[in-house]
Amino acid sequence: MTVAISRQAPSACPACVAAPSAEAIAARAEALKDTRIALSLPTIHCSACISAVESALNAYPGVKDARVNLTLKRANVDAEMSVDPADLVNLLEGIGYEAHELDVATIQSTATDKAGRDLLMRLAVAGFASMNVMLLSVSVWAGAADATRDMFHWISAAITLPAIGFSGQPFFRNAWKALSAGRLNMDVPITLAILLAVVMSVWETALSGHHAYFDAALTLTFFLLAGRYLDHRTRAVARSAAEELAALEVPRAIRLTDGTEQTVAAADLRIGDIVLVRPGSRCPVDGEIVTGTSELDRSLLTGETVPVAAAPGQAISAGEVNLTGPLTIRANAVGQDTSLHRMADLVAIAESGRSRYTSLADRAAKLYAPGVHILSALSFVGWFIYSQDLRTSLNIAAAVLIITCPCALGLAVPAVTTAASGRLFRKGMLIKHETALERLATVDTVVFDKTGTLTEGTPVLSNLGDHSTADLEIALALAEGSSHPLSRAITTAARAAGIKPAQITDITERPGQGTEATWRGQTVRLGRNDWIGAEAGDVTSAWLRVGNNAPVQFRFADDLRAGAAETITALKAAGKGVILLSGDSDVPVTDLANRLGIDEFQANCLPQTKLATIESLSASGAHVLMVGDGLNDTAALAAADVSISPATALDAARVASDIVLLGRDLSPVADSLVTARKATSRIKENFRIATAYNVIAVPLAIIGLATPLIAALAMSSSSIIVSLNALRLR
Amino acid sequence: MQVLTLLIPISLILGGLGLVGFVYTLRSSQYEDPDGDSQRILSDQWDDHPKP
Repeated sequence: MTVAISRQAPSACPACVAAPSAEAIAARAEALKDTRIALSLPTIHCSACISAVESALNAYPGVKDARVNLTLKRANVDAEMSVDPADLVNLLEGIGYEAHELDVATIQSTATDKAGRDLLMRLAVAGFASMNVMLLSVSVWAGAADATRDMFHWISAAITLPAIGFSGQPFFRNAWKALSAGRLNMDVPITLAILLAVVMSVWETALSGHHAYFDAALTLTFFLLAGRYLDHRTRAVARSAAEELAALEVPRAIRLTDGTEQTVAAADLRIGDIVLVRPGSRCPVDGEIVTGTSELDRSLLTGETVPVAAAPGQAISAGEVNLTGPLTIRANAVGQDTSLHRMADLVAIAESGRSRYTSLADRAAKLYAPGVHILSALSFVGWFIYSQDLRTSLNIAAAVLIITCPCALGLAVPAVTTAASGRLFRKGMLIKHETALERLATVDTVVFDKTGTLTEGTPVLSNLGDHSTADLEIALALAEGSSHPLSRAITTAARAAGIKPAQITDITERPGQGTEATWRGQTVRLGRNDWIGAEAGDVTSAWLRVGNNAPVQFRFADDLRAGAAETITALKAAGKGVILLSGDSDVPVTDLANRLGIDEFQANCLPQTKLATIESLSASGAHVLMVGDGLNDTAALAAADVSISPATALDAARVASDIVLLGRDLSPVADSLVTARKATSRIKENFRIATAYNVIAVPLAIIGLATPLIAALAMSSSSIIVSLNALRLR
Repeated sequence: MQVLTLLIPISLILGGLGLVGFVYTLRSSQYEDPDGDSQRILSDQWDDHPKP
């Protein structure tokens, strides 16, 4: 703040020199009243977009400062409290940029990536130090002798000791944590090698020895930190993208107090509050309907596609979507107590597939760490018996530890996962969990949910051809008077078929029932079966009645998600088992299974049924991938070996799954299995390369031929080979 | 070998300057938006005078 002020044009009047500080204080006091607004801008891509958005936002009254972040495709706005985010969204959409408000509280945790900065700082220090020490080491290798060599070694020590003390901390901490828990991990041999190398080198320097491993200790730290940083970046990108998805649903609710509407944060609602739920929005609380009739879409909670009628006195749960008329609801459970949250808590209880999985790196460490330590200890003992010289023996033991130190191993996994995650991200898949790729590679059975996963979750008119043009014209005219999903489906289908709406008058929408109008003196109605006077059908239907004629049925099917058919075909071709588990009724499920060629399917599944099915599959030795989007899928998503949910899924489902599908298209699912298998085999290949290098280098170290120059060459070349091998995945 | 007393401090100071520069850029959030920065340089909005 003071920096910004001091940059202002200097005042001509010397008496005003004191003024800026007063201004600064005033500005700071005002800043406290400011609010922070974050907007997601998915379509911006160039400098023209940046300046257009920034100048539009900065020109808006009340906006203090607006800055676009192109990397995150986001705009951060500092504004006065009076500025309504919805107005800013409209402003940007007016100049042609898609914008969505983000919940600032949700994205705050990734706004400043503290851990990433910390790693980067340590990486920079290690890089700086290793370059300088390498410079001195090269002079020693080139032939510097006696006093010059000793001086170079001492300078190296002076650089290395503080640099290692600062940069090596992540490894030291992890190693200590593992050791105090009585376990061994990759960081234990790393820490031991670094510390032993430094201690031995200082000792050698003090005795004017020829070889010092300062450069090896530093390059080792540098390469390993690079691996850590890559790993961190991959997960930070996925985390921030996942959080952005969550932040897109700003948890707001409309509270009615004495008949006035008041927009509040959903977290501020209390039991007994009267909440207004507008058509098209999601109910924020569990409660009872006080006034209004409407229809509720429960598909995200139960998988049912047929909307349910809603009337005063009826219970409603959080997460259900109100379709037609406005509803007022008296809250009887809010926040963490809603059924939505209690269901999400089930996920934590369900035993998670990921906790049972040990990553490839951990498994390698379990074999590797004891092996390296035993080898080093044996060479020390062997040399001590042979030479009776403590110094030589310790030198050899240190050389063995440095040579075998898992530099390549430390890079082998992060380099591959970074490359594979980047490739999948470009295809529209977000890898959230670190071992998700490895678990995905083992999958042999894929379980799909129906509504919202294999289907779009939006209805499509399926029997347009069965109706007379006259009926269709009336139906279209009535449907255009309503925003109900079924009405919209009729409108889309009829318009596409070239139907013109009939001339009707007195259109009224009866929330929860349908639309009514007058056509050539007769009453025409389009709506629910019980209102029209027809038998309930087994599929989602709307009924049209012209005067006293027999009701006409409009049948709807759920539209397939793009790429669903290709995905199923590809999975079956790859020899994977495909199972469909749905909470919807028999007819639509059987219909969909037949259309997609899925042989194994089950309708009317409760969340517990889905969970039990997944568990029995796992118990019989199958590795299960679960793809689902609803609340009824969350327990199954958590229990499966690995899980995917689409971006349109409920927040709880996205949290429970390892991978989020960003686009509308389902086809990346089949690709991801292939990429995951390739990535895993690349990781194993990298392990083999690292082992092969050890087989050559370790005997040299044990017989005492490894000089610091050989160690530096071997370490760098194996790291580079491993990284290049990983890049082949891109 | 007298030259070493000059060359070694110089090399260390130059390297140290680079490190300090990096720490400064990291502290002042210059790595938050690499894509945006590469595009902003093309904008002529603040060519005549710096952003106030």
